[in-house]
Amino acid sequence: MSKKKVRVGYASCGIAAGAEEVYQALKKILEGHELDVDIEKVGCIGMCHNEPIVEIEDNEGAHTYGNLKVDNVKELVEKHIIDEIPFEDKLITSPSEEYDYFSKQRKVVLRNSGVIDPESIEEYMKRDGYEALEKALDMKPQEIIDIIKESNLRGRGGAGFPTGLKWQFAKDADSEEKYLICNADEGDPGAFMDRSVLEGDPHAVLEGMIIGAYATGAIKGYIYCRAEYPIAVKRLGIAIEKAQKRGLLGENILDTDFSFDIQVKEGAGAFVCGEETALMHSIEGERGMPRPRPPFPAQKGLFGKPTNINNVETWANIPWILRNGSEEFSSLGTDESGGTKVFALAGKIKRGGLVEVPIGTTLREVIFEIGGGIADEKDFKAVQLGGPSGGCLTDDHLNTPVDYETLTEAGAIMGSGGMIVMDEDDCMVNVAHYFLDFTQEESCGKCTFCRVGTKRLLEMLEDFSKGKGSEEDIEKLKEMADKIKKHSLCGLGQTAPNPVLTTLRYFEDEYHAHLEEGTCPAKVCRELITYTISESCIGCGTCAKECPASAISGESQEIHVIDQDVCIKCGACQEVCPVDAVEVE
Amino acid sequence: MKLECENCGHEWIHQSELENKTVCPECKHEIELQADVSTPSLERDIERVLEEHSAEPSSLIPILQTAQKKFGYLPRDVIENIAEYLELPVSKIYGVATFYAQFRFEPLGEHMVRVCHGTACHVKGADKIGEAVENKLGIETGETTEDGQFTLERVACLGCCSLAPVMMVDDTAHGNLTREKAKQVIEKYNEVES
Repeated sequence: MSKKKVRVGYASCGIAAGAEEVYQALKKILEGHELDVDIEKVGCIGMCHNEPIVEIEDNEGAHTYGNLKVDNVKELVEKHIIDEIPFEDKLITSPSEEYDYFSKQRKVVLRNSGVIDPESIEEYMKRDGYEALEKALDMKPQEIIDIIKESNLRGRGGAGFPTGLKWQFAKDADSEEKYLICNADEGDPGAFMDRSVLEGDPHAVLEGMIIGAYATGAIKGYIYCRAEYPIAVKRLGIAIEKAQKRGLLGENILDTDFSFDIQVKEGAGAFVCGEETALMHSIEGERGMPRPRPPFPAQKGLFGKPTNINNVETWANIPWILRNGSEEFSSLGTDESGGTKVFALAGKIKRGGLVEVPIGTTLREVIFEIGGGIADEKDFKAVQLGGPSGGCLTDDHLNTPVDYETLTEAGAIMGSGGMIVMDEDDCMVNVAHYFLDFTQEESCGKCTFCRVGTKRLLEMLEDFSKGKGSEEDIEKLKEMADKIKKHSLCGLGQTAPNPVLTTLRYFEDEYHAHLEEGTCPAKVCRELITYTISESCIGCGTCAKECPASAISGESQEIHVIDQDVCIKCGACQEVCPVDAVEVE
Repeated sequence: MKLECENCGHEWIHQSELENKTVCPECKHEIELQADVSTPSLERDIERVLEEHSAEPSSLIPILQTAQKKFGYLPRDVIENIAEYLELPVSKIYGVATFYAQFRFEPLGEHMVRVCHGTACHVKGADKIGEAVENKLGIETGETTEDGQFTLERVACLGCCSLAPVMMVDDTAHGNLTREKAKQVIEKYNEVES
């Protein structure tokens, strides 16, 4: 029998769910039994809905256990490791069965995530790591760029610009001093793809960047990473140090004439810095505000020098393409776009997590087959793609293949990969308000249409959610949205009205219900709903104790009453009522 | 602090604050630290922060970050020292620092509570979690409790979307929250303190 391996999912999601406690408990028990088993911390296994997750690999393959608590650890070890029978209570999937969550996925970017210890360069190399770099250094830079062009790889940051072409511009720029940037400022609320790649497989990003530097002639690279991702920053630091020690970074890489080094720059909490020119200003130590393009970064970028900037996921694709060939990669996607896309699937979904599918997979496959459909027996209402720059699509779009063109046509965008599923309890006016509140707050203030326009739009939506406004206001809203899109300098302003426009396009009825009938069909907008206590109340007084506004009164054992003048409509009473006697209208 | 050996000219960063003597790591010459001990500790701390970074404009944000880690916020004295070090006007330093959400100019509570308002958390009731924590602590979002124990903030996204709704206390994320669970989390930190 070969030695068993125990892997604990140790990315941010896992740690938040208690992976550290589970890991410590496992280690203690394994040591106590003096079992000869390897235990290691790995990156995101991808099934965030089951965290904390432990995988045990034996002769048969990997068995995945989820939702583990410290109390389960002893039984897990005794059953699976000592007695060699599965611990059925917590078993999610074993090698003998096909599990929907994984069978539809295709792992290119996430191939190592959750499999290797991200802090070990040896494990990365065992899985063909840095082989692509060796291969690349034997080639001419132009040959590499041609391969990337043929692969049909497009920028994964959202806009989908062909990567090979971008590299060509950078290579053709005439300068001794060129730079390379990895954009890891993943700011969209609801997106965590890049974080997981950096936490789970940092060397793939580094290898991609080193190859990119060789192809374009860059002398130095920066990884601009969100400060909110401390684990990613730490693991990148470890990875860079180990790569330097092995001569994969620094002077004369792998004994060639090629030298290149990478530095991590932590962002400081500004969403607009995801925009490339703003990001470069931030690295230079300035306020992160965008500037007009042209000149494009490939001509005049960081410190005024030609710069090539790509997103984390784009970089992580590069080694795979060089190892497996451009044809293999392009055949994975559609005619216009090769490869896979990682999505962060979250919201009202049964199985949320990190999923990677070939480009062109339909929304239905992602949400219903991989994600298992809507949680709590509710109905699907909408899916929000691309964060605050994207849009909400409906069940009419479920057969839409996910690629750059079709999603843009439908009014959403591929975006960086956030996919938030919403059910019948979500109000679309509220969702539009939520996103606009975000972009309005994050607008850097440079362009008037973005700075003032988003504020005015937000005020209108605030009125709508209170039932105030008229038909005319909807027209005004559309007109203003159009102007903001046209007259803003950068992507933030150009796309900020998208969530408003798509909800208006597909859920106009809901806007009308707010304005004409003064009702919120999803019962979310506080000004338009009323909480009451029905006759099934048993008079236990739990709600009265919970109410932060002290709006509930009633004698013990008798039906309680909510004082509507005092009620702040927070819904706390409804959450705690043991007999579901609190109703909302 | 940065030291230079009067004997051999070797330069190095000296770590310990407590001793009044040290030896040069190169020539073992003994050096008195009297003068440095007498400088106020804030100044010494600032110096130490600045020594970690080169004096060029692109160091500004990393310097502000290191300073904030050291002092918890950015006091005016520190900003002035940074301005001097980088040879930039104080207004420029404030201009950059106030642009980014990360930097703060007031002291913080002992514990930082960040309620996530990412999209996934929003549709799963982040507003309610925020309210529950506000009620529990008796402060509004953005404020610090009177006893200086907790500062409450809202953040755009912590990236633990599958565990929504989520909040982070210091560096630990707590997921799948309900109002009740959120309150219990706060209580746990309160208990540890008392």
